[in-house]
Amino acid sequence: MKRVSRRDFIKVTAAVGGGLLVTINLSACRDQAGAGGTGKPADPSIFVRINPDNSIIVTIPKSEMGQGVRTSLAMLVAEELDADWNQVRAELASYDLKYGDMGTGGSSSVRQNWVPLRTAGATLRAMLVAAAAKEWGVDPTECTTDSSFVHHANGDRKLHYGALAAKAAALPVPSGVALKPRAEWKLMGKDRVGIDVGPITHGTAQYGLDVKVPGMLYASIERTTVFGGTVKSFDKTAALAVPGVKNVVEIKGVGIGVTVHPGVAVVATNTWAAMKGRKALSIQWEPGPHAAESTEAYLATMRGAVEKKGAETVNTKGDPDAVLAKAGKVLSGVFETPFLSHATMEPMNCTASFKDGRIELWSPTQFPDMATAEVAKALGLKPDRVKVNLTLMGGGFGRRINPDFSVEAALVSKAIGQPVKVVWTREDDLRHDFYRPCSVHRIDASLGADGMPEAWRHRVSTPSIDVSYQEKPPEGGWGPNETDGSANMSYRILNRSAEYTLLASGVPRGWWRAVSTTHGMFAVESMIDDLAAAAGKDPVEYRLALIDGVWWKQPPDFPEYPFKAERLKGVLQLAADKAGWGKPLPKGHAMGVACGYDHLSYAAEVFEVSVVNDRLRIHRVVCAADAGPVVNPNGARAQLEGGITMGLSAALKERITIKGGGVAQRNFDSYSLLRINEAPVVIETYFVETDTMPTGFGEPAVPPVAAGLANAIFRATGKRLRSLPLDIKMA
Amino acid sequence: MEVHLTVNGMARRADVDPRAALLDLLRDTFGLTGAKRGCERGECGACTVLVDGRPALSCLTLAVASGGRSVTTIEGLGQGNRLHPVQQAFIDHDALQCGFCTPGQILCAVACLAAGRAGSDGEVREWMSGNLCRCAAYPQIVAAVRSVAAAAR
Repeated sequence: MKRVSRRDFIKVTAAVGGGLLVTINLSACRDQAGAGGTGKPADPSIFVRINPDNSIIVTIPKSEMGQGVRTSLAMLVAEELDADWNQVRAELASYDLKYGDMGTGGSSSVRQNWVPLRTAGATLRAMLVAAAAKEWGVDPTECTTDSSFVHHANGDRKLHYGALAAKAAALPVPSGVALKPRAEWKLMGKDRVGIDVGPITHGTAQYGLDVKVPGMLYASIERTTVFGGTVKSFDKTAALAVPGVKNVVEIKGVGIGVTVHPGVAVVATNTWAAMKGRKALSIQWEPGPHAAESTEAYLATMRGAVEKKGAETVNTKGDPDAVLAKAGKVLSGVFETPFLSHATMEPMNCTASFKDGRIELWSPTQFPDMATAEVAKALGLKPDRVKVNLTLMGGGFGRRINPDFSVEAALVSKAIGQPVKVVWTREDDLRHDFYRPCSVHRIDASLGADGMPEAWRHRVSTPSIDVSYQEKPPEGGWGPNETDGSANMSYRILNRSAEYTLLASGVPRGWWRAVSTTHGMFAVESMIDDLAAAAGKDPVEYRLALIDGVWWKQPPDFPEYPFKAERLKGVLQLAADKAGWGKPLPKGHAMGVACGYDHLSYAAEVFEVSVVNDRLRIHRVVCAADAGPVVNPNGARAQLEGGITMGLSAALKERITIKGGGVAQRNFDSYSLLRINEAPVVIETYFVETDTMPTGFGEPAVPPVAAGLANAIFRATGKRLRSLPLDIKMA
Repeated sequence: MEVHLTVNGMARRADVDPRAALLDLLRDTFGLTGAKRGCERGECGACTVLVDGRPALSCLTLAVASGGRSVTTIEGLGQGNRLHPVQQAFIDHDALQCGFCTPGQILCAVACLAAGRAGSDGEVREWMSGNLCRCAAYPQIVAAVRSVAAAAR
């Protein structure tokens, strides 16, 4: 049994209106948020309130975007509290400066809250027991708890938590309260459907797009469609003539770190009029320095870059160049991936109200702390003059880390001195995203007499994500963050290197679900499959023989979560076993596999496909994942399934192309997503629950998808597809 | 232009631009924000409502063309506090993640069931293919719709 002594960050007070309020200060257990770290974490807090009516409300300073964070975090508290799950509710916190780093990303929410939230629940339970024992004049050890009741051992007395809450609030907070061993879990590890989803199915849940505040106007903004372009001049006469249009204001751009595009906002009494007014604008643009950029030009530059030594050597062992120079046969592969858009179902939007030197926002943001800081900076206000209310989000996937849409709405509201909701169209959203970077990878490898790789040289060229957020490279250069999944490759190869060359590009880049591993793992897992084929070896056996953590460079931010080779082997073996790897398949069917490590978790996937008349059918996807103990298997499965389907959507359909320095795609007709009739009919998911600290399921299922599918197509057809989206049509 | 229509069983009237969409009327004028604006060109299905019982993409339906018709939005699907069986099935099967597409999915599913087109998983997948779910709660959506079909038999 683990003992924790964390009384310093648990405060218990009587609540207004009766009951009890627990404030949990998370800073002591805090690590850096994954993607988009926002600097020094401060003092985030979580509140648990027990009301006299026995209801329990957990206030969660995390953003809900469909990943089920309200459910899983409430379960952590409820389990140790021995609460009646049916009476637990979860509320999203409005951002307050006192929360500090409140960002949601990097599959980190359960990982960060695993110890503090369970400790809070256990501590609270101990106080409720102490209150009951005092009431009855018995020893606390004679008391038990179950479903929000304290029972006396002889069975004749019980009190519900609501009745005890006020008394418990007056007691001292104990320290060193023991947490339940897994065998005693009642809630965790069992399937729970989403908490508080009633309002969503009623249509009353409020997303950012649904916010309405008194006196609110609506704005639609014509932004430069050439990245880096600016407004030279504009004529607002026709726009102002549209009935309902109230105002037209220019938005000056905000640069690196925020990326608000220059444009002209049309403000009206309703969305329709704002959009109609926007169409009536006449704007002269200054195209700026990126107007000649294109996907073709990027590809030519990146293809050239990977033909020579990279500008940065990120990671090197032995002497791959020398071994390759002497090798009898060098196997090579060039892998290409496009820019991708997040394409959340809810387009970006934000409502802002500037009044008397203060601004209030209602923003569907993953990082309210970053939004607060950047809004303050852009408006020249102190951060305590900025209030960000969180709304539900129609998807995030990393897009909503960026503060651009919050800052933009704040600028419009300040300019017009009225509350305003800035509504993005789908076209705005697709053309002004922070895109998953395009990339070209070249891997050269040679095999020893035993068929195992002797040398592996991996060259990557992509536009760095970091360049969109900072002017100078982080310590160690731009390469390390871009080669996640490439440089920290998990196979034991004595001579290897990872080299990186920056591609200059005006296209804003950002964190797309699982980030750099989405392209790095495509290259690595495709190439290792080619090596297995060249060696005449089974791809699962080949990987199992090679997986080794010995050359893993520890992620410096997370020393407490070291890479473990046996966990990667474990998921690979389980996925292969469950898929029936190696067993006879129906005629024309073939299986492909890929595995990898992403955001501190492990996943392996097997794809069973057939290709008839050049048309692809995906018959079955089998996934095994290890993120440690699973809090809510139902939610974890949903994340894996969603990750796989999003990965398939990218592998088969999605591509942003750049033409004349801007995005060529407009809407879902030209940027199409995988639909329900195209999604795999069978997705099976399995867990390896290594007894360790949990990590997260939001991202790790995405990166193996493209390679696993390409490997299956290779086994079915003998054709190796090395560019994404894969050049194959679905049946 | 003045338009008279029935929304969730109630007679409503409004002044609208002749080219304004039903979606704008529902969301901005009537405050019924359950129908979502996802793409404004009928690609995503998030704005699906029922017009005279049939599924309609309210972003492509002119507000004036809804005159004299009966519009059902997600807010009017249940009876008071009682959920429609499809709403309940979406909760029971966890057929949503972020939930933004859910009102459209539910109304499309109601129409799918009413049309007798939920006889197999494949039939449901075809019928529902106009409704995108980026979170990809697709297996659960199929299960939810099929469960209602099974209960009705």
